[in-house]
Amino acid sequence: MGVRMGLFVKSQTFGALALAAVLTATVSRADTLDQVLSRGVLVCGVNIGLAGFGLPDDRGFWRGFDVDYCRAVAAAIFDDPQKVRFTPLSGKDRFTALQSGEIDLLSRNTTWTQSREAAQGLLFTGINYYDGQSFMVRKARKLQSPRDLKGASICVQQGTTTELNLADYFHKAGISAETVVFSGGDEALKAYESGRCDAYTTDGSALYAQRLKLAAPDDHEVLAETISKEPFSPVVRQGDDRWFNLVKWTQFALLDAEELGVTAANADALRQSDNPEIRRLLGADNDFGAGLGLSRDWVVRIVKAVGNYGEIFSRNLGDGSPLKIPRGLNAQWRDGGLHYAPPVR
Amino acid sequence: MTDFLRSDFLPALPPPPSREQSWREKLFGDARAAAITLSLLVGAALLLPSVVRYLFIDAVWRAPDGALCRAPGAGACWAYVAAKAPFFFYGAYPYPWRVNLTFALAGVLIVWLLHPRGRAKGYALAGFFLGLPVAGFVLLYGAPALGLPVVGTNLWGGALVSLIMALAGIAAALPGGVLLALGRRSDLPALRWLCVGIIEFVRGAPLIAVLFMANVLLPLFLPPDWAPDRLLRPLFGIALFASAYMAEVVRGGLAAVPRGQDEAAQALGLSRVKTLRLIVLPQALGAVIPGIVNNFVALFKDTTLVAIVGLFDFLHAIEIARLDPVWAGPQIALTGYIFAAAFYLGFCLAMSAYARRLEKKLAAARR
Repeated sequence: MGVRMGLFVKSQTFGALALAAVLTATVSRADTLDQVLSRGVLVCGVNIGLAGFGLPDDRGFWRGFDVDYCRAVAAAIFDDPQKVRFTPLSGKDRFTALQSGEIDLLSRNTTWTQSREAAQGLLFTGINYYDGQSFMVRKARKLQSPRDLKGASICVQQGTTTELNLADYFHKAGISAETVVFSGGDEALKAYESGRCDAYTTDGSALYAQRLKLAAPDDHEVLAETISKEPFSPVVRQGDDRWFNLVKWTQFALLDAEELGVTAANADALRQSDNPEIRRLLGADNDFGAGLGLSRDWVVRIVKAVGNYGEIFSRNLGDGSPLKIPRGLNAQWRDGGLHYAPPVR
Repeated sequence: MTDFLRSDFLPALPPPPSREQSWREKLFGDARAAAITLSLLVGAALLLPSVVRYLFIDAVWRAPDGALCRAPGAGACWAYVAAKAPFFFYGAYPYPWRVNLTFALAGVLIVWLLHPRGRAKGYALAGFFLGLPVAGFVLLYGAPALGLPVVGTNLWGGALVSLIMALAGIAAALPGGVLLALGRRSDLPALRWLCVGIIEFVRGAPLIAVLFMANVLLPLFLPPDWAPDRLLRPLFGIALFASAYMAEVVRGGLAAVPRGQDEAAQALGLSRVKTLRLIVLPQALGAVIPGIVNNFVALFKDTTLVAIVGLFDFLHAIEIARLDPVWAGPQIALTGYIFAAAFYLGFCLAMSAYARRLEKKLAAARR
C-alpha cells in the first residue's frame, strides 16, 4: 500500500477541500440500491491498473480480484455479472468519487484505516484480502524471515509508508540493515535485480507482480512473513445501511460458499443438497435474500457468476494465475487463515 | 574642394564562394567539418548495430505469452504489441469498425482540407467542423434508432481517446483562439477584459490543474445526474487550454499585419467582417504558421495528461498493459515505450512536414 498511501498523503489538502465541499453542499441522496436498480447498472470504482486486482485484458475487458467483487454485487442485484460500469480511479480521486456519488462502490485494494472511516464519511464493508509489507529475496540465499536480513541492504521506494515501516521494523527488532532509497518502484526493482540490494520491499501483493518483471522470476521468492498490516476492503458511503449490508453480505456469501464447497459448477445442483447449512445459504427452504433487498437465490446468482472466494482468488491471484500468490492469511479459518464469515441463517 | 570625393573606383573584390556546395564539400569541406562528420558517423556505427539487433534481429515477433520474450538475449517483444494492439488502439471499444470508419472520414476531410489542389474547400471546412462532430458522435457513441448500439464512454480508450482529444482540441483551438485574440483587441472594454481574463487565467494554471478541477470539482458541485461525462470533462479542459494558448499566437500574427492594410480595406469600403476575413486574418495566420503548428504538436502530446483523470489514452493504455502478468518481463516496458514513441513521432512529423510545405508556399506567394 506504500505508494498509494504516499500519493494520498500528498493530496491531503486537496482532499480536505473536496470534503468541505461535500459537507457544505450535501446533496440529499436517494437509496443507493434504488439508484442502481433504476440506472440498470452498478458503477464500481476500481484500480487504474494493478496486476491481479484490476486490469483490462487484451480486449479491454476488466479482470481481477477487486473487479470480480464488483461483478459479484452486480450478479446479486441483476443476476447478470456484466451489468457493471467500471470507473478506473487513481489513489487521489478514489474517495471523492465515492463521496460525490459518482460511484456506488469502491473496490480498489484500499487499506482499511481508522482515519478514513472516522473522518472521511466512508464505511469499509469487511476485509477481503489481507496484505502486508514483505520482502523479495533470492531463493539461493535461503532466508526464512525478515530477521535474517541483518546487515543486508534493502531497496525501497522513497517517500512511502513502506520506507517508514521498514525503519520501524528494524528499529524494533534491534537489527541494522542498509536502506537504499529509489524514487520509483521500477528503479528499486532494477537495482535489486542488478545485485545492488539483497532484498526489495513493498506490499506483498505487489511483490508477486513485480517478480514477474525480472529476467528469471523463479530464482526469487517472496518471504511469507509480513511486517505491516494492510487489510484491503471494499468501501461504501456512510448513511446507507441497506447498501452497506448488501455489499457486506455479498462478501460473506462468497466466503461461506467456499467453506461449504459451493462452486460455480455445482451451485445449482447443491440446492437439492441435504446439508442444512448449504440449503440455507442457497435459499432452498427460507428466503434470506429479502432482508437485503435481493432475491431468494441471491447466493446462487453470485456464485454461478464469479465462483466462490477460493475460485476468485485462484483465478486472479493464486495457482490459476501467473502471480501464484499463496493463500497464507487469506485462507479459510479452518485452514489456518483469517477468513471467518458469519453464517447465513 | 573635391578632397572628399573619390575620383577613381576601388578595385573589385573577388566574388564570395558559391552558395551551392556539393554534399562532399559540405560534409568534408575542411578539417572542422570532416572531424564533426566523422565523429558522428563513428557514433552512429557504434550505436546502430545494437539498436537494429534489439529492434529487429533479436526481436520476438510471434509468441502466445511472455515466456519467449523473457529468454535471455531476447530483444523487443513485438508479439506483445500485436496481442495488445486492440487495447492500444480501441481500449475496450467493442466495435472497431465504427472507430475505423470515423477516423477514415476524418482522414479524408483533413487531406481534402489541406491538399494544395483540393477543390470546393468550403464543403470540406463545413464537413470538418460541423459534419464530423455529428457523424463521429453518432458512429462512436451510437444511435439505437440507426441500429448502432450505444457504447458508453467508459469503454473508449487507447489511440481512439488520444485522437479524439487532439482533434477536438485542434478543432476548438483555432476558432476559439481567433475569437479570443480579436476580443482582446476589441474597442469594447468589457469584452476586452473578459477575453484577457480568460486567456491569462487559463494560461496561468497548469493543464493538470485544469483537468483535475474539471474532473473532481464539477461532479461535487453538480447533482450526480448532471455531471458531464468522464470523457467530456477533460475535453472541455483541453479545448479551453488550447484556445487560450492559440489566442496569444494569433495575437502575434495580428500585430504583424501593418495598420495600413486595415485602413486600405476600409478605404475600399469593405465591412469590418470582410476586412477581417479577406485582408487581416489571412495575413495574420499566414505569418504565425510555425507557432500554430507548434501549438498543435504540443497539444497532441499534452493529451497524454488525461491519464491522470483515469482515462485510458494511448500512452496510458501501454503503461497499463505492461502490468499484465501474462506478458510481464524485462523487455515489455521498453518495447511498449518504443511503440508509443513511434506513434507520437509519426503524427508530429506529419504535422510539421505539412507546416513546412505550407510555409514555403506562402513565402513564394509573398515574393
